[in-house]
Amino acid sequence: MNFIGMLAHLGRTVMALLAAIGRITLFALNTVKHLFSPPFYGKELFAALVQIGWLSLPVVGLTAFFTGGALALQIYAGGARFNAESVVPSIVAIGMARELGPVLGGLMVAARVSSSIAAEIGTMKVTEQIDALVTLSTNPMKYLTLPRVLAATLAVPILVAVGDAIGIMGGYIVGTERLGFNAAAYLKNTVDFLTLADITSGMVKGAVFGFIVALMGCYFGMNSGRGAQGVGRATKSAVVTSSVMILAANYILTEAFFSA
Amino acid sequence: MISLSKVFKSFGPIDVLQGVDLSIERGKSMVIIGGSGTGKSVCLKCVLGLIKPDQGLITVDGQDVQTAEREAFLARFGMLFQGGALFDSLPVWQNVAFRLMRGSLKRPKEEARDIAIEKLRRVGLKPEVADKFPAELSGGMQKRVGLARAIAADPEIIFFDEPTTGLDPIMSGVINDLIREIVVEMGATAMTITHDMTSVRAIADDIAMLHNGVIQWTGPVADMDQSGDPYLDQFIHGRAEGPIEAVR
Ligand SMILES: Nc1ncnc2c1ncn2[C@@H]1O[C@H](COP(=O)(O)OP(=O)(O)O)[C@@H](O)[C@H]1O
Ligand SMILES: [Mg+2]
Repeated sequence: MNFIGMLAHLGRTVMALLAAIGRITLFALNTVKHLFSPPFYGKELFAALVQIGWLSLPVVGLTAFFTGGALALQIYAGGARFNAESVVPSIVAIGMARELGPVLGGLMVAARVSSSIAAEIGTMKVTEQIDALVTLSTNPMKYLTLPRVLAATLAVPILVAVGDAIGIMGGYIVGTERLGFNAAAYLKNTVDFLTLADITSGMVKGAVFGFIVALMGCYFGMNSGRGAQGVGRATKSAVVTSSVMILAANYILTEAFFSA
Repeated sequence: MISLSKVFKSFGPIDVLQGVDLSIERGKSMVIIGGSGTGKSVCLKCVLGLIKPDQGLITVDGQDVQTAEREAFLARFGMLFQGGALFDSLPVWQNVAFRLMRGSLKRPKEEARDIAIEKLRRVGLKPEVADKFPAELSGGMQKRVGLARAIAADPEIIFFDEPTTGLDPIMSGVINDLIREIVVEMGATAMTITHDMTSVRAIADDIAMLHNGVIQWTGPVADMDQSGDPYLDQFIHGRAEGPIEAVR
């Protein structure tokens, strides 16, 4: 390929990327707009809360538990080099609440929820169910997208908070059972160092990640190509895009909250 | 009442509609025939505003469908999709009563359910079907549930996309009679896509044949057999030889 050809290819890729960002932004604004005009579909919102929040608890809980445990082992091993093993409780707590709780929780929800939303809505699109909704005077953005996005934005912060607690418990169990910490001292250390801001910042991250996850699932589902292949591609794009966006948003939010 | 004028639509390199002109009078039953893949479904979706034509004007009662107020406009229509397009997360009766449970036509749940069961009966389905999920039904039953949903709110204008495809001859007869009845009794305007010549004769007032992106022939069903149009003749008699190529 010659130089001009390469430049043209680069240009096309950048343009396509910018166009996609534009479309996703419009989709997001369009979704939020429906928050302010009736009708509202309460039953759909409730179903989405159960699906996204409640049913994600096991996955998020297990992830947090093992992460908390591993974190305690690593910090203990690392801290031992400076005779600083006592920092285990506080670093586990801060690490879980600020970073690992929201990021790993968000990624697990991205895998579980954004794929299922994209597959469901994509199948509805491919089988003309979205068209049928429109002809039945029901706006698919109101009926399908808004309840899912709203539910994820509300539920993921709570998932993150629960995940934080379970992760800290994982660290506690490893700390007291394997590393010989005194149970009462471990808990006191955790409580003393953890501030409310650590927890709320993680929950704000969770809300943003939840929004991203459901939005990407709906966006790629609604724009699914035709046939089974189209739905497959939509599902993959939803998971990949929401995962990358979560990590990027996490960096930006961390800068905003913690860079002095 | 419905009029399409010079409607063009392409999907990427595929030119589907290339200047469709067609008008349907109030209270008439128009049947659209044509080979598969000629754009019959696309045509209906353009009228409903589900697909935006590249060019051309579509009006219903003189009003441009692009600028019509969507909610009020769509409330006048019922549509049976080619694949049924039932919502698989909802039981059959809630599919049928979908429009009756939300928005401007909302009514109490029991009433909506009663109407749904009555409409199911009209398409030849027993009340037991009401609480099943679409995935538990055969293709032909799904089609009939789709039909029941299309007529649930007694619309003025009804579109049927291949209503009898996949049904046995007896059920096809039931559905043909039903469509005829809806047009005659309710005074609805109907547009039906079908490949089934028995259906055509049973339900059509007028027919239009879509070929190569344009309306190849249109006229009253009584003139169909003496049209002298080689395309229409070939289609009616299902001959492999003729101006329409068998490989498309
Ligand atoms: N949403 C779409 N995207 C791309 N191509 C489409 C779309 N809908 C229909 N087509 C194409 O338009 C042509 C006509 O389709 P259709 O109207 O479904 O045919 P039929 O006359 O059998 O109902 C086909 O070639 C089909 O592949
Ligand atoms: Mg079709």
